[in-house]
Amino acid sequence: MIATLGLAALWLAAALAALQLVGGALALRAPGNPLAAVVRPVAMVQGMLVALSMICLVIVFCQTDLSVELVAKNSHSAKPLLYKFAGSWGNHEGSMLLWVTIMAMAGGVVALVERRLPEPTILATLAAQSFVSLGFYAFLLFASNPFSRANPVPAEGQGLNPLLQDPGLAFHPPTLYIGYVGLSVAFSFAVGALLTRQVSPVFARAMRPWVLGAWIFLTLGITFGSYWAYYELGWGGWWFWDPVENASLMPWLAATALLHSVSVLAARNALRAWTVMLGVVAFSMSMVGTFLVRSGILTSVHAFAVDPTRGQFILALLAINIGAALTIFALRAATVTEGERFAINSREAALVFNNVMLTGTLGIVLIGTLYPLLAETLGAQVSVGPPYFNPATAIFVLPMLVVMAVGPLLRWRRDSLGRIGRMLLVPLVLTAAAVVVLARQGINLLPLLGLALAAGLAVAALMPLLGRRLRTVKLPLWGMVLAHFGIAVALAGMAGDSAFTTEKLVAARVGEKVEIGPWSLKFEKVEPIAGPNWTALQGTLKASYAGAAPIKLEPQSRAFWSPPQQTNESALATRWNGQLYAVLGEQAEDGRWQLRLWWKPFVTLIWLGGMLVALGGLLALLGRVASDIRRLVAVDKIAYRRMRQGR
Amino acid sequence: MKPSAPRVPSKWALWLPLVLFGAFVVLVLFGLLKPAGREVKSAMIGKPLPQFSLRPATADRPGLSFADMADGKPKLLNVFASWCVPCAVEAPQLAQLRARGVEVVGVAIRDRPDELRVFLQRNGNPFTRIGADNVSAIQFAIGSSGVPESFVIDGKGTIRYQHIGDIRPEQVEIIAQKVREAGQ
Repeated sequence: MIATLGLAALWLAAALAALQLVGGALALRAPGNPLAAVVRPVAMVQGMLVALSMICLVIVFCQTDLSVELVAKNSHSAKPLLYKFAGSWGNHEGSMLLWVTIMAMAGGVVALVERRLPEPTILATLAAQSFVSLGFYAFLLFASNPFSRANPVPAEGQGLNPLLQDPGLAFHPPTLYIGYVGLSVAFSFAVGALLTRQVSPVFARAMRPWVLGAWIFLTLGITFGSYWAYYELGWGGWWFWDPVENASLMPWLAATALLHSVSVLAARNALRAWTVMLGVVAFSMSMVGTFLVRSGILTSVHAFAVDPTRGQFILALLAINIGAALTIFALRAATVTEGERFAINSREAALVFNNVMLTGTLGIVLIGTLYPLLAETLGAQVSVGPPYFNPATAIFVLPMLVVMAVGPLLRWRRDSLGRIGRMLLVPLVLTAAAVVVLARQGINLLPLLGLALAAGLAVAALMPLLGRRLRTVKLPLWGMVLAHFGIAVALAGMAGDSAFTTEKLVAARVGEKVEIGPWSLKFEKVEPIAGPNWTALQGTLKASYAGAAPIKLEPQSRAFWSPPQQTNESALATRWNGQLYAVLGEQAEDGRWQLRLWWKPFVTLIWLGGMLVALGGLLALLGRVASDIRRLVAVDKIAYRRMRQGR
Repeated sequence: MKPSAPRVPSKWALWLPLVLFGAFVVLVLFGLLKPAGREVKSAMIGKPLPQFSLRPATADRPGLSFADMADGKPKLLNVFASWCVPCAVEAPQLAQLRARGVEVVGVAIRDRPDELRVFLQRNGNPFTRIGADNVSAIQFAIGSSGVPESFVIDGKGTIRYQHIGDIRPEQVEIIAQKVREAGQ
């Protein structure tokens, strides 16, 4: 019943998306077409219908309605409710439904609130949005129906991949999805602006909240995802340059570039064609990311829901959407007139440099991710890893970070470096001092540069606040300062982790003592325990930091029985200055247990920094939205007054 | 310094993104259509079965233990369940293997005796022994990730071959061959 309702709502929403596309297109060709009036309401209703469909899916999962094939394949009545709930999008069909849900709801919100842009541009934007969603509706309805029935109805479901049975799953994929799909709005705006030749500061201001919002969620998604991989995979690393991780990093890099170029366009009416191009590229990267994850075309540690046929379908959607957008770009970009001019030492120039470096990093990551595929078609098996990615991205990232320290201090149009030279003295001295101190400790070049730069950057990031009355500083400026500061914090965490981490792999008998860094651990016992749908061997370690009171660590080796799979649950002890990370391995034949231990000073700064960056984005978004609302209210008041005065 | 602005790129340069994107699509299409061995192999191949003992799943067949598997004769161990549709689909193939002299033993995963009886009546019973694995313990221990799956076990109780999914008619010969090899 509920499944039928969900399917019906999905079909209706798809039909409305088609109407939205046709209506928008006809209204664009012949201004004054009455269909123009239906486009906005249709977009809103479409958003509500598909949201209803998603709610239906969540309900059948929570009820474990095994007559729905998707539930039977991916859920199980013995699973905790949180994972039943999260399981509704922890699979291919459900996640695609979540994708269109977010997309259609975003379209509905654009239709509801966007009033600044000329009406034809909005119509073109909504038409572009429905064009993209139609492809996904077709994919859902014809090739991956989430509501298809199981016949006969099985007695029990097959369960959910145990690696995904973690609180992280409940939030990680939807967060990334909101980011991916938020970029689809930026994409639609870019296409709409190109089609109606309205690439202007107004367009940039209309697009900016969507880019900001998507970017916040991508930042959070990557931060959570990195932490999830860190404690769930049990390898002690926080970033593996795995294709699936790169798939989330590439849209973030593009969105970061877009965020900065949109600011230039909004403030100074420059970088017009480039901003539009980035709008297309950012969403392309989201789709490329989805494609790489879903098709299983690249070998990955995170590959679930992999199916080459689905890959072909997503590739077709990708080719149509992005191919069409790039064709429109090639045809129209020449007509986007040249923007305002600016000097080499101006804020615009710093932002252009930032954009070039971010795009360069994006290129490096994209090439590294696709290279194994290229090599495979040429008949060689290769794998590209940190030895390529770390130095190659550093070439672009380090100079960018240096300019990031300077850029926010520069004025628009033209500035003199002499003016800000004195301000930069403090961060410069700090960086130089850090280099000297760290070099004497014999730290490797990249972590050394990272740490030194982080020190200078943390100070420089706060400098735009100098000489201002803090109470009058606008939210977007606070946001920028906080986000840049967060980058410095995260950088310190990354460099600190690779500079100071100690690792130990030992075979220990119960009762033995192990030392690692400042910690001393006593291996107390191993005992079996049972969870709701797993059994585990749990080790107990008493860890004491430099003689302080011991902390209990309980790493587990878990065996899930539905579906059968083994996972390692690492145990962490977090202090302000780092984390101790313990994994319980196999038992050797002589009765000793394998223990893998890491002491990772300052590693938590990575995720703290990520959250600061996202928080900075949130402040900027709130500031922008608040001023948009104030402006809307003011415009309404004026209109009302004029109406009363009979004008 | 003189104010400068980015030069307007030439008309042809504007097509460059599309061309690069086209190259990307061709590359991944090539990779996607190329047939690839993506099958999951058990890490248990070449290793002995664990020590286990399963009680009988039905009244008319004995249960299954490690000792039964290591009695000197190669066997086909079929992991199945009455609630599993592909298991019913592969039943004729198991019957064929039985007719060719392959000894087939079963492990019924989380099943009920009454349902199992109906299943075997309807689809035939090629098994000489059926053990009941109500917590998927053995299934997990031999590296099986779903039902149906079939393992070729040699006379010493070592896993020689793993077949994931139902055995299709054209695969009967391969399985029979693997069992013969395990007997040599």
